Amino acid sequence: MNEDKSNQGGDRFPPTRWSVLDAARSSDEAERVRAMDTLCAAYWKPVYKYVRLRWNRPTEDAQDLTQGFFVQLIERNLLEKFDPAKSRLRTYLRLCVDSFVMNEEKAAKRLKRGGNVSHVALDFAGAEEELGGAVMDPAAIPSPESLEEFFEKEWIRGLFELAVEDLRKYCEANERERTFRLFEEYDLAGDETISYDKLAAEYGIPVTDVTNALSWARREFRRGALERLREICGSEEEFQREARAVFGWEAK
Amino acid sequence: MKSLSDKAIDRLRAGADEPDLAGTRYRLLERIARGGMGVVYAAEDEKLERRVALKVLDVPGTDGDFANRLMREARVLARLEHPGIVPVHDVGTLADGRVFYTMKFVEGQRLDKFIEGVESVQDRLRLFLRICEAVAFAHARGVLHRDLKPANIMVGPFGEVLVMDWGLAKILRGEAANAVRGADPEATIVEKPKQTGEESDSTKSSVITGHGTVMGTPGYMSPEQARGEVEVLDARSDIFSLGALLRFILTQKTPTGFTPRPDRSLEAICVKATAERRDLRYSAVQDFGQDVSRYLDGLAVGAHRESIFEKTARFYRRYRFFILLILAYLVMRVILLLVLKR
Repeated sequence: MNEDKSNQGGDRFPPTRWSVLDAARSSDEAERVRAMDTLCAAYWKPVYKYVRLRWNRPTEDAQDLTQGFFVQLIERNLLEKFDPAKSRLRTYLRLCVDSFVMNEEKAAKRLKRGGNVSHVALDFAGAEEELGGAVMDPAAIPSPESLEEFFEKEWIRGLFELAVEDLRKYCEANERERTFRLFEEYDLAGDETISYDKLAAEYGIPVTDVTNALSWARREFRRGALERLREICGSEEEFQREARAVFGWEAK
Repeated sequence: MKSLSDKAIDRLRAGADEPDLAGTRYRLLERIARGGMGVVYAAEDEKLERRVALKVLDVPGTDGDFANRLMREARVLARLEHPGIVPVHDVGTLADGRVFYTMKFVEGQRLDKFIEGVESVQDRLRLFLRICEAVAFAHARGVLHRDLKPANIMVGPFGEVLVMDWGLAKILRGEAANAVRGADPEATIVEKPKQTGEESDSTKSSVITGHGTVMGTPGYMSPEQARGEVEVLDARSDIFSLGALLRFILTQKTPTGFTPRPDRSLEAICVKATAERRDLRYSAVQDFGQDVSRYLDGLAVGAHRESIFEKTARFYRRYRFFILLILAYLVMRVILLLVLKR
């Protein structure tokens, strides 16, 4: 086991990655696919939950619409029209979802979409579970004012989940499973009674090792989340703004 | 993958705030405060074995707006060596890519808390004069603070006053400004537009600015700053903020419910300093401070034309001891004359 690499990990991600927008406009097919996968991974869950709540659609319709939306994103080159100077990418996408659902409604021609648009597994059942049941209570549907907040919250949740997953994979590949387990128990489980002392006793290690491991994991999580975020932002300015929103720095 | 709960998200956010101090001489102690650009932590300088305040940006990167501003703030502070301005020790980039600087760890209270324990108007005014001294020094070095407010003033355990948070500072053209500009390639020079007749000569300068957006604190920000007229800002913008600060200092209640009542002279000083038209304000912090000092010395202030009654009252207050002495002497003389006449 190698659990002492507390200051390593700077090479976890390539120093710069193409923004998803540049990649989506690329002439290289592989780049375009990668861009759509990245976008889909970050947005499918908020889009699905948003369609369920905002448009009050049953699960099957919402699944079709979510997949249909991403198909349309590619077919109609919607990302070409996005201007980072005018809005945030997530606001733009949310408005695209609204417009897409409205058009589908008008035309009443919802087609059963064939196959997944991306290589990302869309776990609709999991998303449904997170929403708390298939039958929507009208009282639970957010007001139009809070829908933006709802979409943002779900988008942040999705982004953090991706970053946690990245961290888990990295830990597994680098013999740091124990570090990830500590991180999982302390930061992800939501257990208010957990403490560094308890974890140290449970794993039979000194408290300082717990402190160092958690400190490393948080830094790497942060790095991963920001890297993921940078990828799906249209500009450096948008990235800076979104980073402040994602980590709640604006609200504090 | 298991979905993250709201609690987990809050916890991740809190944990992600911690700066990565690996490879630096500092050890994180505790979080002190959050500002507009980032967080201030107490940290231990392990080489010098002293406590410092470490200000670190939220977002990584050395070429964004916030990074430039933080760097500029550090450079501005480095050039303002004054007992009333918090000294900067170090500046750099952390392993996690965030820009930081360290400064003196100031123990004490924020002005808004400290002032509650000061009952005497005279003591409050003396405190205010020390703030003026620091701001006047910065102006002399070509630097405007642009965010003077109670939360940005610290009062130390020995009554020392420190003006903090120079993140919005603006560098005016001049000898010192050239020195700062030389060290700050991101700063740009914006030529001031042609002045109208009502403007004094002191405003006919150029300013160096890195940005042109509206930043400051409502209630303390001058009208021209609130309008975003970055290129016309000069010392009188800070004077407006100082005027608002003086009004706060003079009217802040004590925990016992005591509220000092500024008299008409002090009120006039505040009104002059916070005039809507900047040509009606004091033209320099020294003039403002001088008026406050004159008030403390029992002299007439430039901001207020006194009536004969006010003049008499002030004369009495200033020479009360001698007047009472002379009166006592005269009374004694009268009594003696009456006694001798019998």
